[in-house]
Amino acid sequence: MTRPTPETLAHSARRARPAAEPAGDTDHAPTPRNGSAPAAPAVRQAAPAQVSGAGSLVRSLEALGVDVVFGIPGGAILPAYDPLYDSNVRHILVRHEQGAGHAATGYAQATGKVGVCMATSGPGATNLVTPIADAYMDSVPLVAITGQVARPSIGTDAFQEADIQGITLPITKHNFLVQTADEIPQVLAEAFHLASTGRPGPVLVDIPKDVLQAPTTFVWPPTLELPGYRPTLHPHGKQIREAARLMTAARRPVLYVGGGVLKAGATEGLRRLAELTGIPVVTTLMALGAFPDSHRQHLGMPGMHGTVAAVYGLQKADLIVALGARFDDRVTGRLDSFAPDAAVVHADIDPAEIGKNRHADVPIVGDARHVIDELIAAVTAERSARPATDLGDWWTQLDDLRKRYPLGYEEPADGTLSPQYVIKRLGEIAGPDTIYVAGVGQHQMWASQFISYEKPYTWLNSGGLGTMGYAVPAAMGAKVGKPDTTVWAVDGDGCFQMTNQELATCALEGIPIKVAVINNGNLGMVRQWQTLFYGERYSNTELGTHKHRIPDFVKLAEALGCVGLRCENAADVDKTIAAAMEINDAPVVIDFVVGKDAMVWPMVAAGTSNDEIMFARGVRPAFDEDEL
Amino acid sequence: MTMHTLSVLVENKPGVLARVSGLFSRRGFNIDSLAVGETENPDVSRITIVVNAESSPLEQVTKQLNKLVNVLKIVELDSQVSVARELLLVKVRADRNARGQVLETVNLFRARVVDVAPDTLTIEATGTKDKLDALLRDLEPFGIKEMVQSGTVAIGRGSRSITAGPALRAA
Repeated sequence: MTRPTPETLAHSARRARPAAEPAGDTDHAPTPRNGSAPAAPAVRQAAPAQVSGAGSLVRSLEALGVDVVFGIPGGAILPAYDPLYDSNVRHILVRHEQGAGHAATGYAQATGKVGVCMATSGPGATNLVTPIADAYMDSVPLVAITGQVARPSIGTDAFQEADIQGITLPITKHNFLVQTADEIPQVLAEAFHLASTGRPGPVLVDIPKDVLQAPTTFVWPPTLELPGYRPTLHPHGKQIREAARLMTAARRPVLYVGGGVLKAGATEGLRRLAELTGIPVVTTLMALGAFPDSHRQHLGMPGMHGTVAAVYGLQKADLIVALGARFDDRVTGRLDSFAPDAAVVHADIDPAEIGKNRHADVPIVGDARHVIDELIAAVTAERSARPATDLGDWWTQLDDLRKRYPLGYEEPADGTLSPQYVIKRLGEIAGPDTIYVAGVGQHQMWASQFISYEKPYTWLNSGGLGTMGYAVPAAMGAKVGKPDTTVWAVDGDGCFQMTNQELATCALEGIPIKVAVINNGNLGMVRQWQTLFYGERYSNTELGTHKHRIPDFVKLAEALGCVGLRCENAADVDKTIAAAMEINDAPVVIDFVVGKDAMVWPMVAAGTSNDEIMFARGVRPAFDEDEL
Repeated sequence: MTMHTLSVLVENKPGVLARVSGLFSRRGFNIDSLAVGETENPDVSRITIVVNAESSPLEQVTKQLNKLVNVLKIVELDSQVSVARELLLVKVRADRNARGQVLETVNLFRARVVDVAPDTLTIEATGTKDKLDALLRDLEPFGIKEMVQSGTVAIGRGSRSITAGPALRAA
């Protein structure tokens, strides 16, 4: 095989390092996953140094503890790449800027640290728009650094000029157009602070080329000047006590857990709170892993493709305690019929989320970790004063639903390989320590349903924006951040064709991710909707990866420096996965050729009420007669 | 739908107005009027926004505005306890025959003539929106050649100041 040995190649490709910088700012203090990061970056001082703006940028990244940047150089950002050549910051040369953005996102979601991507002006910057929007929707701490044309050229329609600050206004937590080289350290420090604290999110820093070239003095640490930025971390005691009172008195309570609990590093507390109260738990698509799937109190994922028990639990609840969740339309279904009898306790670090979609009877603004810790104390106090309501009847109903309507699937009648079986076996073989990264569509939903998530930060996906093509680059970023962890991308044949070029990056940079392409030859989720809602008129969903085997994913994988495997029947699934698990010196792609007719169930059709949940095609769960 | 007047204190930096106004348009709100200027602290600008909206979506916009990093403070000014004024400049046809009547109207509304030409008068008036609308209605029959209006600016009554506070001193 002509494939280069990735590790050696990656290492030899990088220049011999100069003697360690005197500042030696590689102090990788673990970034707290909560919003309570210190006000200023906790990095030791560096002696003032005469450098270019670009030098100041790279020094700032070092001082901020950045260990990796994903990017592609180009005209306007080129000055930054010169000092980067000598830096301890690893730069990973991706093949498309979208890959850089998603890789930074995957890195951030797997590690809790800020992900960093870099691109040049114009098309480089606009190629980052999708991953920035993706990170914004999923509240991922991301810093995007873009080159801009020189200041005198701004506004002249110069070559490769795009107003990326203007373009990203609605999809960033904040963005900067740097005006002078002197402000670079401060802007970078502010960008990292904004990205990682409060409700995390992407921050873009646009730096004109002449600013990168200008001489300046690098001084560290800078002073942050963000007078309008004061995230509320600690909840109001009165609201906490009110929430605790409701949680103790409710007859049909549910803990509705969102991604904020993972962001806050509050999963331990969540478990204690759940076990203290005995309240059933549902975890959203963004929160899988926040509460062990195997835990007795876990009802599963709510929403459009959630479990019957989770959907019903929310729908019939008399109290919903939302923790770092945002009542997204995929969870609530038709809002006016969502959980009609429930009082709502809504805790979120972002006050704008509270009451946005659903009225909150008890609004709590605060970091989920503090909220949960204080709820534990308040509930304990409340329960010592008066006995908690017995939840036995509630659990009886929920357990009955779990038993009658478990997640499941039917083997395809046409004898084709079942995609659900593939994903289920992958989860069982790769186990709960693996990080699973999904694209968007049917395979994503099956991966959320049929893999058991026992640990936090083992499930990465594009939840809010629904970005096809997320999986491969995000898996790459996750593997860079967690090199000792097995990382499996579960991708679709549609998604895979959007970003598979990053496998070349993985092969060359020594990033041995594994990719399971759930290849049904179609844009499967769209096809499912065509089956259900468009009279089986399959307009433009057939991709030809079955019929014509174009592309041939095995050959494609090999062309990209990976090992390519194919599996077409159930008997080979285990051994193909096992073979992939054995390969740790190169990326592996398995082309799982699966049937095209499998559908994701249960399903609440878009725009309908959660009461209309279908367990399978034409099968509505019988719970109306269980009226409480 | 009711009119709401928001005073938004922001850092005096480039691009902040675009962030604020963009947020309104993205959430489907029509800004009725908008006025921007420096405050007594040159690092702080004050944007007065008048918007016609139901109060619950407006609360959502206010919360989103509060999330903008450059926004320091937002206060909704209740018309009962605040003073709101607009400035109007209007060029009215006023030949020799009409001039006397136009001037009479100007005096009635305590407006001022700021420029005179053989067949027009340019009039400056400040006041509430209602007063300026009434003035315009009375001037209309003479013939309005051109007019320009500022956005509303507003300030709370009494001795309290919305610009006092630690966040604003730090700016």
